[in-house]
Amino acid sequence: METATPAVKGALRSRNPHLSFFFDNEKVLGLLMIAPAVLYILALVGFPLIMAFVYSFSDITIGSADFGFVGLENIESLIGDFEFKLALKNTILFTAVSMIIVLVLAKILALILVKDFRGKFIVRALILMPYVAPISLGVIGWLWMLDSIYSPINWLLQHTGLFGPDFWPMWLGKPNLAISAIIAVHVWRMLPLATVIMLAGLASIPQDIQDAALVDGAGYFRQLFQITIPMMLPIMLVAVLFGIVFTATDIIIILVLTRGGPYNSTQVLVSKAFYTGIDAGDLATGAATALFLFPLLAAVAIFMLRIARRTEVA
Amino acid sequence: MPQVETQSLFKHFGEVKAVDGVDIVSSEEEFLVLLGPSGCGKTTLLRMIAGLEKPTSGDILIGGQVVTHLPPRARGIAMVFQSYALYPHMTIYKNIAFPLKAIGMGKEDMKKKVEWSAAMLGIERLLQRKPRELSGGERQRVALARALVREPNVFLLDEPLSNLDAKLRTSAREELYRFQKDVSITTIYVTHDQVEAMGMGDRIAVMNAGKVRQLGTPDEVYSDPADTFVAGFLGSPPMNLVETPDRIVGFRPESFLPQQMHEGPGDLVLLPFTVTRIENLGADRLVYGKLEERFGHAVAIANLPTSFTRYPIEPNQRYDFAVPRKDVKFFDPRTGLRAEPLPL
Repeated sequence: METATPAVKGALRSRNPHLSFFFDNEKVLGLLMIAPAVLYILALVGFPLIMAFVYSFSDITIGSADFGFVGLENIESLIGDFEFKLALKNTILFTAVSMIIVLVLAKILALILVKDFRGKFIVRALILMPYVAPISLGVIGWLWMLDSIYSPINWLLQHTGLFGPDFWPMWLGKPNLAISAIIAVHVWRMLPLATVIMLAGLASIPQDIQDAALVDGAGYFRQLFQITIPMMLPIMLVAVLFGIVFTATDIIIILVLTRGGPYNSTQVLVSKAFYTGIDAGDLATGAATALFLFPLLAAVAIFMLRIARRTEVA
Repeated sequence: MPQVETQSLFKHFGEVKAVDGVDIVSSEEEFLVLLGPSGCGKTTLLRMIAGLEKPTSGDILIGGQVVTHLPPRARGIAMVFQSYALYPHMTIYKNIAFPLKAIGMGKEDMKKKVEWSAAMLGIERLLQRKPRELSGGERQRVALARALVREPNVFLLDEPLSNLDAKLRTSAREELYRFQKDVSITTIYVTHDQVEAMGMGDRIAVMNAGKVRQLGTPDEVYSDPADTFVAGFLGSPPMNLVETPDRIVGFRPESFLPQQMHEGPGDLVLLPFTVTRIENLGADRLVYGKLEERFGHAVAIANLPTSFTRYPIEPNQRYDFAVPRKDVKFFDPRTGLRAEPLPL
């Protein structure tokens, strides 16, 4: 006892009572701990976003310090621009078509994966693979799969006799084929996440309710469309929301596979903004192009969350 | 209304024998209760009758027809689940109408049927609500109305009262019993609650470890248990089971009373008893104690109505307790089955 006392006293004295009580205050500690996240978002999301807004109303270019405020001029000229309209159309087309395909396929995959069967583990791992692979590496893989000379897809289809000896499609060289290829890669990319979300939704439906539907005389499709899908609707909308945001804002697939070609046929708003704003140096038009998506996506998000909320409450 | 029959029904989940050779025949319009502790296979048996589980072997017959390989919807059954399994995204009206829609009934007929079924259970005013807005008791009625609406051949009920609070359960038990008698539909009812089984069942099948240990009226399974499991499962507290070298001797706590309390003529078996502890439960007094030397000082329980105050019972005293000879049951110590009585 006696020997320990000086050490304990020393320890108490060495601590600053004001400082330790300062950190015991939850308000102070809370602010302190959330600060890094807030700083990160302000610096890397908030600041660029505000800059983009400012730029989109200006005539700023790379390589010039001039800054003139031009109002809505950039946006007006974009709306009249044929290439911009094509990019907008492509963005909507790629997003909508790939989301519809993803929804159907993810639903089917989830219905399969919710059942027990041999080798389920391997099938599940294979389906999840695209999601854990770095997207750029995955797309470079697709670049080879769709190569004009070495395409293993063409080789396989020719050797199995599905393609004739003279049929050798240039997947990324023809506008329609390139559009299909981009959509296919988008589907490949979004499918795992959508499947996992759907699987979670499916697993959350109580077994009793599925059993009750069976006993009440529902066949497979009645059960699917009147019980399973309505009960999964809120979570399916979450999957759609993620899918739309990820697909509409993606640039890697376009940049690696087609660079917007051939003849701008696969150009989307994000890639167009990059080529205009960064490559061509017209920062103002690039910013305006990129921001065109912002109100669109915000509207989609609000709409989806509203529906999800209503189905939840109703 | 047709009867339900199972013929040497087995269901094995890997090593586990959930249902291990069950042969039961329900009579027409009967309220048959499957009673047993959890894990005894009663729910698996019910799910096999419903067609939600495929038997490993054996057959199920409904109305004399083999339905073993028919899907649930082709069996003419309706089921009420423990959770009620109402469809949360549909109104009560749509919930009840769902089985009718599945058979493609017209809108007009459907409306009449739903209203009839809702009226049977007194839930007409709830038809436009959603399940989440209903109380437990109301949900249970909706589940019953949904089961009734198609006028099934057989009702299958899986512990439908266990989600209700104790007070509501008593009145729901009474209602359910009346309802079954009114609609006269063969009913198979699964429960682990012996009060429900004794109170509602025309007959009770007592199950343990996948087997039916006894099938009989509530009176039969209570007074004449077929084996030591049934004797030890029914009753609260259950039958006293005392081992002697040749037999297990069983007697109910409520027939094990001080000698003077037995009224009227009848042969009594005298069992001197040293009281160790008395539990006052309000209506009853449970008297714990030890029997004498020749029963190996086995522990026994007597259940005395509190209203009998003429004979004071004190701990650590020896009393002459007795059981009417007709109430003493004998079981074979090796098999646990009922055996010939021996003189005591």
